[in-house]
Amino acid sequence: MAKRVAIVGTGQTFHKSHRPDVNGQELINEAVLRALADADLKMKDIDAIVIGNMDHFEGINYVDCWSVDGSGGTMKPIIKLTTGGTTGCTVAIGGYHLVGSGMFDKVLIIGWEKNSESDTTGAITTAFDPVWDRLVFAGAISGLAAEAQAYIARYGASERDGARVSVRDRKHAMNNPHAQLRKEVSLEEVLASPMLADPIHLLDVCPRSDGACAVIMASEDIAEKICPKPDWIWATASRHSYSYLGDADYGRLTSMREGSQELWKKAGIREPRKELDVIELYQPYSFGGLIWIEDMGIVGPGEAPQYIWDGNTDMGGELPINPSGGVIATNPIGATGLIRCAEATMQVMGKAQGRQVPDVNFAFSSGFGGCWWTDMILHGNKKPN
Amino acid sequence: MSDQFQGIEPMVYKSKINVPYSWWAGDTASKFYITLRDEKKITGTKCAACNKVFLPPRKVCPSCFTENKEWVNISNEGTVITFTVARCQFAAIPSDKKVPVIWGMIKLDGADTAMLHYLDEIKPENVTIGMRVKAVFSEERKGTIRDISYFKPV
Repeated sequence: MAKRVAIVGTGQTFHKSHRPDVNGQELINEAVLRALADADLKMKDIDAIVIGNMDHFEGINYVDCWSVDGSGGTMKPIIKLTTGGTTGCTVAIGGYHLVGSGMFDKVLIIGWEKNSESDTTGAITTAFDPVWDRLVFAGAISGLAAEAQAYIARYGASERDGARVSVRDRKHAMNNPHAQLRKEVSLEEVLASPMLADPIHLLDVCPRSDGACAVIMASEDIAEKICPKPDWIWATASRHSYSYLGDADYGRLTSMREGSQELWKKAGIREPRKELDVIELYQPYSFGGLIWIEDMGIVGPGEAPQYIWDGNTDMGGELPINPSGGVIATNPIGATGLIRCAEATMQVMGKAQGRQVPDVNFAFSSGFGGCWWTDMILHGNKKPN
Repeated sequence: MSDQFQGIEPMVYKSKINVPYSWWAGDTASKFYITLRDEKKITGTKCAACNKVFLPPRKVCPSCFTENKEWVNISNEGTVITFTVARCQFAAIPSDKKVPVIWGMIKLDGADTAMLHYLDEIKPENVTIGMRVKAVFSEERKGTIRDISYFKPV
């Protein structure tokens, strides 16, 4: 019964820090209409919907039901998936499972967030254990900062290495009309920006955004009829756990290492650095752009700074990372992972316009969540074997 | 079960979660509330394909997924579709409302859907399904659903 699955259309809003002109349903609707138009489909063609956002961010618990005016889910099978920061990637993997099972031909996948409607740190705190971690918790940035400190100590990296990643992503965002922050910064500006939590400066981290993204998946029976050049999903991997904050191997992202090894094995990829053509990494802060590509096996432990300084991950380099500007430029959290997926799809389809990487055969997209979990998708322009 | 705590000191951690919210009303609801506040008028959206008039106004028709671009005026008078009487002063009841509080689903003339609101100036035992009611607007209007104070018998 298992079917191969392809993405046949994507749509996203123009992401802003505040979208007072629309409520959540209307925001969702913008992305859905754009995805339907991209695939040249009507709402009646959609067999099922998967939707996700962050728990507590808008304070609306039954988003699957509440959102139907925007999503078009009235009297359709619609489910909500939410896994924290990974939500946007999880909804895509959930849609892949629905279509791959052979039970649904065309599935609409939606990630959205109105970050402007609540206090992000207050809401994120609810993801942590109330007896052990919450009473001594210092917010979302502190965990990332501890990871970066450990990496710097273990491999002799510096704040400048992190800043170089931020300079890259913010430069790439200039090519993406959907990005929230479109302003180039220099290395010195990143290092001179306020210190939030050592060693993370303000310009090392992502903003909070209002935005939505939608993706349409179709089974192999009809994908090529809908879209002449669909984006085939070659493999997905998920590694979720609850880490008490002291459990993690600080300086390494175990979930990324294990998940990506599964991905390469499933797709028969031996040298990801040579075989991948573009990466859309859920990288909410600059140092993740060093640490996590080592865990992916793009380069060896401690080798990422030099690889990035040499321009390999810039546009025109060996393996461009985050042509969209990534999470550092745009972060409507529940949509963020799905935007990575949609951007990878656009790269495979050749629809990425000013941020297009030439001749993409394989693209990688991921999601990351605050308790060190990771989801990922391998996209390809050829139908999997 | 009486000895379930024998030899155990159960630890309980009390906490509160503080997450303040501010929701953008959005394009459609904003139009409705501004008209209500400034003109004391109740309005709805109409689906050009189904001809259905929605109150509360919806941006998109849930049946056919077309955008409802047309706005129509709706009467201040309508019919009680169903109702209930709250007899316990639960925390969810606004503090300025003292039980018994009467809630009704009211289908205003010109709308195809009913709206939820209070009934007042009537004793609970006299409310009936099918009775005709009329909106009473608040003196001070702030652009919320309570710019309609309640509905009273016609």
